[in-house]
Amino acid sequence: MSSAPGSYYLPNPSPWPLIAAVSVFTLVTGVALWINNVGAGFTIAMVGLAAVLFMMFGWWRAVINESVGGNYNSEVDLSFRMTMGWFIFSEVMFFCAFFGALFYARNLAVPWLEEEMLLWGSYTGGWPTAGPAGAAHIGADVHDVGRGQFGTIGAFGIPILNTILLMTSSITVTLAHHALRHGDRGKLVLWLAITVALGAAFMYYQVEEYIEAYSHLGLTLGTGIYGATFFMLTGFHGMHVTIGAIILFIIMLRCMRGHFKAEDHFAFEAAAWYWHFVDVVWVGLFIFVYIM
Amino acid sequence: MATDHTHGHDGHDDHHDHGPPPFFTRWFMSTNHKDIGTLYLLFSLAMLFVGGSMAMVIRAELFQPGLQFVDPHFFNQMTTMHALVMIFGAVMPGFVGFANWMLPLMVGAPDMALPRLNNMSFWVLFMAFVLLLSTLLVGAPAGGWTMYAPLSIQGGLGIDMMIFAVHMMGISSILGAINVIVTCLNMRAPGMTLMKMPMFVWTWLITSFLLIAVMPVLAGAVTMLLTDRNFGTAFFDPAGGGDPVMFQHIFWFFGHPEVYIMILPAFGIISHIIPTFARKPLFGYDSMVFATAGIAFLSFVVWAHHMFTVGMPLSGELFFMYSTMLIAIPTGVKIFNWVATMWRGSMTFETPMLFAVSVVVLFTIGGLSGLMLAIVPADFQYHDTYFVVAHFHYVLFSGAVMAMMGGAYFWLPKWTGHMYNERLGKVHFWLTAIFFNVTFFPQHFLGLAGMPRRIPDYSTQFTEFNQWSSLGAFGLGISQLLFVYIVFACIRGGKQATAEVWENPEGLEWTVPSPAPHHTFETPPRIS
Repeated sequence: MSSAPGSYYLPNPSPWPLIAAVSVFTLVTGVALWINNVGAGFTIAMVGLAAVLFMMFGWWRAVINESVGGNYNSEVDLSFRMTMGWFIFSEVMFFCAFFGALFYARNLAVPWLEEEMLLWGSYTGGWPTAGPAGAAHIGADVHDVGRGQFGTIGAFGIPILNTILLMTSSITVTLAHHALRHGDRGKLVLWLAITVALGAAFMYYQVEEYIEAYSHLGLTLGTGIYGATFFMLTGFHGMHVTIGAIILFIIMLRCMRGHFKAEDHFAFEAAAWYWHFVDVVWVGLFIFVYIM
Repeated sequence: MATDHTHGHDGHDDHHDHGPPPFFTRWFMSTNHKDIGTLYLLFSLAMLFVGGSMAMVIRAELFQPGLQFVDPHFFNQMTTMHALVMIFGAVMPGFVGFANWMLPLMVGAPDMALPRLNNMSFWVLFMAFVLLLSTLLVGAPAGGWTMYAPLSIQGGLGIDMMIFAVHMMGISSILGAINVIVTCLNMRAPGMTLMKMPMFVWTWLITSFLLIAVMPVLAGAVTMLLTDRNFGTAFFDPAGGGDPVMFQHIFWFFGHPEVYIMILPAFGIISHIIPTFARKPLFGYDSMVFATAGIAFLSFVVWAHHMFTVGMPLSGELFFMYSTMLIAIPTGVKIFNWVATMWRGSMTFETPMLFAVSVVVLFTIGGLSGLMLAIVPADFQYHDTYFVVAHFHYVLFSGAVMAMMGGAYFWLPKWTGHMYNERLGKVHFWLTAIFFNVTFFPQHFLGLAGMPRRIPDYSTQFTEFNQWSSLGAFGLGISQLLFVYIVFACIRGGKQATAEVWENPEGLEWTVPSPAPHHTFETPPRIS
C-alpha cells in the first residue's frame, strides 16, 4: 500500500501468512498423531505437507512477480539482505545445539560414565561408543556385528570425496555469480547447473554412506550417542544441502527465464550464501564427526 | 479480496484512501504493523487469563495441605502449562505487540521492514497455541515447562504436541526477531543514528539478537527430545552413552537468555515512562545502552546457575556463580539511572508512572533474591523451593507484566485516541501491586523454610503463608478483570487524547495524531 513509486515497498494484505500458519499446524499435528499411531495422522500430515508446498509456491510466486515488476528499491533490497544474513545465523545456532551435544557427550558425559562406574562397572568409555548398554538397548537393528559393536565411516573414503564435491560446488556457484555480474547468461546457467549437479552427487554419496552404515556397519540412529549425533548432524546437514540444491535449481530456472540483472540479483545471492553456509557446516562435520 | 498481486505494481495504484480494509482482510491478512500489534496485544491479554486461571487452580489446591480439588497429575499439568502459556503466550507476545505498534512509530518508519512475515509470525504463534492448549484434551505435559529428560521422554501424544508447538513458537519468534532487527537497522528515519534510538528500540534490538541466537538452540533441544522419544536416539539416555543433564545444559543455554528476552523490553518501556512523568530526560542514556548490551552478553555465560544441584565440577559451579553475580553490575547501572532520572524531577503519578516506579522497586527485590540464588552453597538450600517461585515472579510479574501494564496505560491514548479512566487505572494499579505482594512475598519465607515447589501437598506448618498466598492470588486474578474493563472502555470512548497525550513527552510517536492513523510516516521525518 505504498503510495509513491520508488518508496519502500509495503505489500497489500496477503492470505499467504495465514495459509502458512494453518498448513504448518496441519503438518506438525499430523506428524504428532502419526508417530503416536493415532487415527488419520499420516493423511493429515500429507495434507499439511501439500498445503505447505502450495503456500511456498504461491507466496514465492507473488514475491518473484513483485521483484520482476520492479517494486523493490535499494532499501528493500538491503532489508532482504539483512534478513537472509540473520536467518542464516539462526540456522548456525540450530547446528550449534547438535555440535554442542556432540562435544558435551564426547568430552564430558561418556568419560563420566566411565569414571563413575555407578551402574556399569565394566564400561570402558572411549569414542566412538554406543554407551554402556551398547547395541542391546536399541533392539534388533544390528545383525551381523556383535553386541555393542559397530563400525564407523572412515573419513578418507566417501566423506573426503563429499568434501571435495561440496568445496568445488562453492567455487562453481561463485563462478556463476561472476558470470551473472558480467552479464554472461550462458555461463551463469552452466555453472549453476554444475553446482546443482555437484550437490546432487553429494547427496547420492551421502545416501550410499547411510546404506553402508545401516546394512554393513551396524551403525544406525539407535547406535547409542554416536549413532544419534552422527545421524542427526549429517542428516540435518543433508536436509539443508537438499533444500539448498532445490533453491539453486529454481534460481537456475529463473536465470534461464531472464530474471536478475548484473547489478540487482538478491535472490541469487541469498541462495549462494545459503549454499556457502551448508558448505561451512560440512567442513565442521568433516573435522569433528569424521576425522576426530 | 486483495490477495497476492500477480502484477506487483498494481499495489501502488488506487490507494488514496488510507483507511483500514474490510474486517477479514484487516485482521486475518494484515500487513499493517498497528493491526498486527493489536492482534499480538489482545492475544497476550487472552493468554494472561488462560495462564492465570491455571494459576488459580494451583493456588486453590494449595490453600490447604492435603489434596482437595485436583489430582496430583492434573496439578502438575497446571504448573507446566501455566508456565508455558505465560512465557510463550502472554509475556513474549505482549512485548512483540508493543514492538509492532511502537517501533515503526519511534524510528519514523512507514511499517515493519517485512510486513507479510510479520503477520506470519503472529498466526504461527496463534496456531502453536491451538496445538499447545489442545494437549489439555489428550493429556497435557506434566513434567514442568523445562521439559527435562527423562520425564519428558515418558508421557504420550501430549508431549509430542508440545514439542511441535514449541517448534512453531520458535519459528514465530525467530521470524519476528529478524523483522525487528531489520526494522531497527534499516528503517530508521534519516538523521536517527543508532545512539539516538529511543531506549525501547534499543532494548528490542538487543532482545531480537538474543531471540535469534537461542530459539534455534531450543528447537535443537526439543528435536533431540522428539527423536529420543520416537526414533531411538540416545541423547539423554546414559545406557546409550547420553546424559539427561545434557538436556538441561542445552535447554538453559536457551533458557537464561530467554529470561532477558522477557525483561529487556520491560526495561525499555519504563525508560520511556519515567522520564515523561519526571519531566527530565533519561539519565545516562549511553550507559543504559551499554548496560543492556552487557546484560545480553552475560546472559550467554550464566546458564548453569539454574542447575547447581544437578552435579557439575566445582570449577563449573564457581564460574557460573561469579558470572551470574556480574549481571548485578549492568542491572544496577539501570536501576541507578532510573532513580537518577527521578531525582529532583517534577514528578506526577499517573497510572503509567505508578507502574513504572513499582517495577523499579519490585524488580529490584526480584533481582536481589536472584543474587541470593546465584550463591552456590545457598542455592543448594533454595533450589526448587518456593523461594525460586517468589524470585521469578518478582522479576516476571512485577517486572515484565507490570511494565507492560504501565506501557499499555502509557500508549493506550495513542492507540485508541481516548484517555483511559485515570481513577480506575490507579485503583487497578493499587489492587495489582498489593495483591501481588500478598501472593508472592510470603513465598520467600515458605521457600526458605523448605517448602518444595511443584508439589500439590505440603507440610502443615506451611499452611498460613500458603493461605495468604492463595488469597492474594485470587485477588490478583480478579483485579485483572478491571484492567480488561479499562482497556475496552478506553477503546470504545473517553476523553479525546491530544497528539502529545502527556506533558512534553519525548519521541516521534507523539508527533502523530491520536489515534495514530492507519498509515504513518509514509514520508520519513527528519531527525536533527
